[in-house]
Amino acid sequence: MRLAEKIPLWLDLIAAVAERRDDTVRLMEVCGTHTMSIFRSGIPSLLPDNLKLLSGPGCPVCVTSQGDIDRILAVAQLPVVTCSYGDMLRVPGQDGSLESARAKGSDVCVVYSALDSVRMAQAQPTREFVFAAVGFETTAPATAAAVLEARRLKLRNWSVMCSHKRVVPALHALFAADTTRIDGILLPGHVSVILGSNVYRALPSLYDFPMVIAGFEDWQIVEAVARLMELAAGRQMVLENMYPEVVTPEGSIHAQQLLRVVFQLGDAEWRGLGNIPDSGLILAPAFDDFDAGRRYGVRPIEGREHPACRCGEIITGLVQPSDCKLFGTACTPVHPLGPCMVSSEGTCQAWFKYHRHEVAKREAAKL
Amino acid sequence: MKTLAHAALALPTHISLAHGGGGQLTDDLIRDTILPRIGNDTLNELMDSAILDVPAGHRIAFSVDGYVVHPTCFPGGDVGRLAICGTVNDLAVVGGRPAGIALGVIAEEGCRRDLLERVLDSAGEAAREAGVFVVTGDTKVVGRGAGDGIYLTSAGVGFVPHGRNLRAARVQPGDAILINGPIADHGLSVMLAREMPELESAIESDAAPLNHLIEDLLSELRDDVVFLRDPTRSGLAGVGADLAVACGHRVVFEEERIPVRPSTRHAANLLGLDPLEVANEGKVVAVVRATASDHALAVWREHPRGREACLIGHVESVPAQMPPRCELFTRIGGRRLLAKPYGEQLPRIC
Repeated sequence: MRLAEKIPLWLDLIAAVAERRDDTVRLMEVCGTHTMSIFRSGIPSLLPDNLKLLSGPGCPVCVTSQGDIDRILAVAQLPVVTCSYGDMLRVPGQDGSLESARAKGSDVCVVYSALDSVRMAQAQPTREFVFAAVGFETTAPATAAAVLEARRLKLRNWSVMCSHKRVVPALHALFAADTTRIDGILLPGHVSVILGSNVYRALPSLYDFPMVIAGFEDWQIVEAVARLMELAAGRQMVLENMYPEVVTPEGSIHAQQLLRVVFQLGDAEWRGLGNIPDSGLILAPAFDDFDAGRRYGVRPIEGREHPACRCGEIITGLVQPSDCKLFGTACTPVHPLGPCMVSSEGTCQAWFKYHRHEVAKREAAKL
Repeated sequence: MKTLAHAALALPTHISLAHGGGGQLTDDLIRDTILPRIGNDTLNELMDSAILDVPAGHRIAFSVDGYVVHPTCFPGGDVGRLAICGTVNDLAVVGGRPAGIALGVIAEEGCRRDLLERVLDSAGEAAREAGVFVVTGDTKVVGRGAGDGIYLTSAGVGFVPHGRNLRAARVQPGDAILINGPIADHGLSVMLAREMPELESAIESDAAPLNHLIEDLLSELRDDVVFLRDPTRSGLAGVGADLAVACGHRVVFEEERIPVRPSTRHAANLLGLDPLEVANEGKVVAVVRATASDHALAVWREHPRGREACLIGHVESVPAQMPPRCELFTRIGGRRLLAKPYGEQLPRIC
């Protein structure tokens, strides 16, 4: 059967399972690329009213704590070139963003890979470069490779401001908190390529809901949602890999090795989830020379979030963007107050961009 | 020997500040480098202004645009080709027949003369394609570091025949929306050349003058063409969102019908960009009456710039209590908003 013919069948299955439930079914995805794909392909408009897709802590920018963002902004005030992924550029700190710092004269450069910043440092030995490293195990191996390359080149003008995070400890923290009732989890494709499917094996029975590893195409997500509905209905608390063409049980041994060589585990502060032990990847002592925090004496900063911003609760599935009074009024993609509105993978931006009239319609219907 | 030495003096390999000073060196640059490439009877007179005869019963369309693309040259074009095509197309989409272009060159001190030559060659070639003359111009040089190689400004005048009325206000529910070919090639060609110069990209900019394509459509369909717009920066999404607001209706694009070349789609995925939001320089979106859409497609497909023309959507009325908006019918049958992108397109993290 062709794919185009399967999609309606999956949607029928989803509708049938949802109809048998008298409560709301809550599925969560924990990957920014899934969030984007779901909204871009208009999947919410195809789902029954009592099925909610929640976006969990899957957007790397969104989970970066305010303190980490302010540390990066503090570095940008120094006479260095701050290299960052594009998504970080507009994230607001206590005093502006990298974008506004650049407009005021800071040297801020968007890079596509960590290695680009190493190449720049190599080419311009009289200037100092700091790479702002954020992201999960997807981007961390690239940072690790960059650190090793910088060491091989004996670079003294390159360092890294490291806020890398690990996905699995965050999932444990989220599920163990038991504040969000969840019926099933759509596990990320990219992170799983690195980590392998085995790392999730204990989770479904531990937390009592099914989990599915899915790809990013619209049809792959619809298929995975249908499968999760089926598993949840049958109370089958299992892990299924529906992306086996790229996700293996063991993952990428090479990438995992890079992580082990360059990083060690440490506590990390997550927006919305707080401090999670062993959820951070911090530079191993052998690479202290490349630690920008150490080099420039940038101490940990106590982050202060916007008092009314509910990004933390949105990331953990407690509320939806429309529940935040800043959403769409004071906080828009043009003037973002919270990271979920800044990042192209953030839940608030996805809602605003692809969904806001639907939100307005539902709100109007409630009145 | 003497001739060779003279040639070397007259044609230095790099542009210096003196070339923009208005003196003998400026004259040399105009005579040796500029006029041979874009010259014509009107420009060659080197008057302070060009004088154009306006045909009776015509109105004047008048447009200006700055061209600061980085890198200056990219697969499928360069800033010279862009400067002509962009202004020609801006005139054509309001129904104007391009009648004359003013071209301002701002070169950076130290810019290679062969780069300037290439850019002017491209501008000349694009002008010939469009059948329009550069009738007046200006040359300035700014200090090293104050520019990025070459910036161009082009202004254009077009004559709009009596009775042409292309306006969003004429758009009605039921109208059909067409495009003349695959989207996003220009933006991705430039983005790849800028961000991944080591990659040998097969994606070529679509930069092209569309005045003949548009003229064919207007002369064949006349009043059945109600609105035209070139989806440049902010792409098809920007045109759809703007049109919805301007006409007060619901503009619906069908994802499956919107042509995107596979290599372009792949590159967009790689850079985390949505092809719908990426710039085009050789595309035009036409809103025509539904009954005329087959005719419109037939006319366009006769033209080299319209071979891959297709129907991509239509206009619907807005349900009660809903604001006008642009929507995308996704390939899996979903519906979602299509909003204008916010600003600089940022690559994603993972």
